Amino acid sequence: MDLMTDLHVALPDALLAAVGLVGLLLGAIGGDRISILMRLLSGVALAVAAVLAFQQVGQPSALAFNGLYQATPFTSFAKGVTYAMAAVALFMSGGFLKITKAERYEYSLLVVFSAMGAGVMLSAHNLITLYMGVETLSLASYVLAAFKRDSVRSAEAGLKYFVLGALASGLLLYGSSLIYGFAHGAGYDVIAQAPTSIGLTFGLVLLIVGLAFKASAAPFHVWVPDVYEGAPSTVVAYFSTAPKIAAVVVLANVMFTTFGPSQASWQGIIAIISAASMVIGAFGALAQNNIKRILAYSSISNVGFALIGVAAGEKFGASSVLVYMTIYVIATLGMFGAVLALRRNGAPLENISDLNGLAKTKPGMAFGLLMLTFSVAGIPPLAGFWGKVQVIQAGLHADMLWLVLIGLASSVVSLGYYLRIVWAVMMKPPGEALDRTDWPVATTVLATSVLMFPVLTIGIQRLLDVAVSAHVG
Amino acid sequence: MALTLGHYLALSAALFTIGVFGIFVNRKNIIVILMAIELILLSVNINLVAFSVFNGDLQGQVFAMMVLTVAAAEAAVGLAILVVYFRNRGEIGVEDVNELRG
Repeated sequence: MDLMTDLHVALPDALLAAVGLVGLLLGAIGGDRISILMRLLSGVALAVAAVLAFQQVGQPSALAFNGLYQATPFTSFAKGVTYAMAAVALFMSGGFLKITKAERYEYSLLVVFSAMGAGVMLSAHNLITLYMGVETLSLASYVLAAFKRDSVRSAEAGLKYFVLGALASGLLLYGSSLIYGFAHGAGYDVIAQAPTSIGLTFGLVLLIVGLAFKASAAPFHVWVPDVYEGAPSTVVAYFSTAPKIAAVVVLANVMFTTFGPSQASWQGIIAIISAASMVIGAFGALAQNNIKRILAYSSISNVGFALIGVAAGEKFGASSVLVYMTIYVIATLGMFGAVLALRRNGAPLENISDLNGLAKTKPGMAFGLLMLTFSVAGIPPLAGFWGKVQVIQAGLHADMLWLVLIGLASSVVSLGYYLRIVWAVMMKPPGEALDRTDWPVATTVLATSVLMFPVLTIGIQRLLDVAVSAHVG
Repeated sequence: MALTLGHYLALSAALFTIGVFGIFVNRKNIIVILMAIELILLSVNINLVAFSVFNGDLQGQVFAMMVLTVAAAEAAVGLAILVVYFRNRGEIGVEDVNELRG
């Protein structure tokens, strides 16, 4: 194993690390004047890294760096989606940052570094790599949440995210140390062969808690609505897509590969986390008026739904998790595009009443938002429905009828708030005129909403076929 | 009496618990929370090094080095965010962090 083969396996992440470091150097020379250039550079780098990661999906699993790092089709696919989402989130962010006077070159670089952290934690094959990836993602994310530094709300979002995130990292780390000690090694393959012991199970529970926090699953979700509300909307558009799919897939990957043989010890825990997330996500959003808070609860409940696939185990659930999360993050990115488009006289709007009459004032945007909302709500024939079908099938194969029933019931409850969005857009009379939408946002909303028609677009169909074929290990 | 692995694990578990309680029970100051976070990370280091010695495996010590590095970075980011927050609010009491709620 020489360095070149190692780097070849880790090429997408290595590329981002290099671009991030070069970007820091350029930024130190050019300052904020080159923030547009920096966004272009970072966006292109993320897009290229996404393509490189998708290419690895077709190749057999490869180990690198003495077994610290592994590229498998399952994680490479999630990595590709993560990087692509980060690239699009960056593409949308220009206009919003300019208007809120937060256009600084560090923004793009922080997105690059945190996306790279997500990639590293996906490809980890050792608890040390996992921890480094999680921390790279988290530290950059804390700063991003507090990015609008002259705003109390943004600073408070950053602070809350930091305190709770650091606690979760601590739990994850303590769990890792116990697993390391009782399994006599930190490599995933060593842990997979270790005999079950009480210390190992204890470590496993703490590890699940840490990862569930990063994936914003209940009961570790308290930070999500506050951070979503306080952080700048472009940052939230990124948070709710790229790191989200990465965190869920990491949880799935660690459970499937590292603790595959001891499935009985974690299946129940994941199932309870999944049920709690779905219920809390569904009921929590009903009383909210802020769109970002509604979307926060929506993401909690959707992560819960995806965890049904994780609880179903590798054999039945692996591909359903990928399919469901891919469709969900694409739709969410579009919905946040619509949130970014809500501006009046240069001030961002966030209340559900600000959507009133969007169908009359901005028909294209309204159409996009409605299709995306219907897709996330799981209305056939849109893509979100097929994602839900896959997960439910996985749950039924694994004999988890009760969990599937909770999922269906919570989906019905969630319809309540999704329909509030639809009602405001279609039925309410419009308020004062909104500002013109900048073209990257409009393009993203329309493109993502078109992707939600699986019959019409071969693109997403092809993507999902790849997801189904992306096996673990 | 010789020190066994159990002694180290008990010490580490005690420090870890104190750290977690430091975050939740503390009602006064955010700086104290930062100290509690540091305590959690250091308790993990005791665990890692003890396991490393008693299992005769070096990986734990490498892990501990990584944790020390990350702890430094985390403290830097945390203090930076705290400074930003203080500039906006003019205070850092835990009970005053209440701008965002549903």
